[in-house]
Amino acid sequence: MIEEKFDAIVVGAGASGNACAYTMAKLGLKVLQLERGEYPGSKNVQGAILYADALEKIIPDFRDDAPLERHIVEQRQWTMTDSAHVGMHFRSEEFNEDRPNRYTIVRAQFDKWFSRKVREAGVTLLCETTVTELLRNNSGAVIGVRTDRADGVAFANIVVLAEGVNGLVGQRAGLRDVVTPESVALAVKEMHFLPREVIEERFNLKGNEGVVIEAMGTITKGMTGTAFLYTNAESISVGIGCLVSDFQGTGQTPYGLLEAFKNHPSIKSLLAGSECKEYAAHLIPEGGYKAIPQLYGDGWLVVGDAGQFVNAVHREGSNLAMTTGRIAGETIAWLKVRRDAATAANLSEYQRRLDASFVMKDLKKYKNIPDFLHKSGAHLFGLYPRLIAQAAQTWFRVDGKDKRAKESEIIKSFTRSRSLSGLLGDAFKLARAWR
Amino acid sequence: MSGTSVGTVLPKVEEKLFQNRYMVDAGRPHIRLSINGEPSAALRSLVTTCPAGCYTDNEKGQIELVTDGCMECGTCRVVTAKTGEIEWQYPRGGYGVLYKFG
Repeated sequence: MIEEKFDAIVVGAGASGNACAYTMAKLGLKVLQLERGEYPGSKNVQGAILYADALEKIIPDFRDDAPLERHIVEQRQWTMTDSAHVGMHFRSEEFNEDRPNRYTIVRAQFDKWFSRKVREAGVTLLCETTVTELLRNNSGAVIGVRTDRADGVAFANIVVLAEGVNGLVGQRAGLRDVVTPESVALAVKEMHFLPREVIEERFNLKGNEGVVIEAMGTITKGMTGTAFLYTNAESISVGIGCLVSDFQGTGQTPYGLLEAFKNHPSIKSLLAGSECKEYAAHLIPEGGYKAIPQLYGDGWLVVGDAGQFVNAVHREGSNLAMTTGRIAGETIAWLKVRRDAATAANLSEYQRRLDASFVMKDLKKYKNIPDFLHKSGAHLFGLYPRLIAQAAQTWFRVDGKDKRAKESEIIKSFTRSRSLSGLLGDAFKLARAWR
Repeated sequence: MSGTSVGTVLPKVEEKLFQNRYMVDAGRPHIRLSINGEPSAALRSLVTTCPAGCYTDNEKGQIELVTDGCMECGTCRVVTAKTGEIEWQYPRGGYGVLYKFG
């Protein structure tokens, strides 16, 4: 396919692959990037929130021309039952700053922009090219890739696997196990279009301000999962996701769950009159720290979702993808300067740098949360939302009942449904997993 | 009962998929079933779990697969990793789902 040998081949043109390819090219490396989609972004799905900090560390002036939808001024955290939501909202004028911290984006558009930056930096990008396997030398070191193009092999000192959560290449090469149904969520999402003014009126926004709603509760029918609604410039992203194993266990359909969420009385009016233009599905790594596979070996390393880099508690992923991609790129360039080969021993520097970053620190902090959610899902996503909404109802309804009686009614509703020891046990387990 | 009002008919998944763009690789499905005997519970679960409704069960209790609406999420691959009832490849470069927004 391509005769010349590259410093690095990057498999995939998503957030992590682009971050890595761009970083290496800017540091003077000769990079080949392979993407199976017709254009970068055509296979990529995200909510999507862009975290400025991670991208600023790669392209400091990205705000000049990146396709950004809205900067977020308001976060709504909702606990939902079938007929209610209890919300914690945070809105601040201070989010209207010169360099906003978070933006909503539309991935297909953002990825095209990011890819243009990558190519301008000097990376050779080949789209419509699916990598089918890794090429190895006699001692097992990875030396290149085979693709589905005729005569489609390419060689490099190192292959960066930025192939996403469903990364076949690394799994088939035995570099990591296939993810389990318990450690990935299946999320479905729709894009609903509305005039800009309607969105601004409905969400109390001016200019490019945006709102994020993150929701949990009976909307996932006892399954471990969350739902979201994000305002874009002229559209709303709405979606819901749950662990694959929970979908299997309950027989719920992802599209049925999404329809029910969209028809929830708290959501329905926000989407009224909109036109749906796309339905998407994607897996999200949820296993956290304990699910992170071996990240490097002779001639290869892994970045982004393929390495399970998602902070499930904070719903962060794209920033971890960009950061792991950047750190991988910097490490590879550093080895080249030192004239060190891309051996497993030398690439352990990648792991050291990751361990020193927020990526591993955050994932380590929450390493027990996936187990906790798995075991306590039914209470957390069903029972407690119902109890909380019922308590709020009791508390806010003025009906001649005295407040002390209301208090004791609320407390009894909790201890009746989940014994005192059960309540304390859940709190203790959550606190321990959170620590 | 969810927030869905009584009498609301859930749209079929086909209507959702109708919004999407695909480049179909005619005659070359990227996922194939390789079943010997009874379908496993894992494979059977895909009738409801597949977000594109690609898997259906017929009156004989067999599982049928039509990949046209596939969004390449990989759920079926993960679910049947241990049973080996599915051969999953990425579509050839350029084929398959083409997200306009993602």
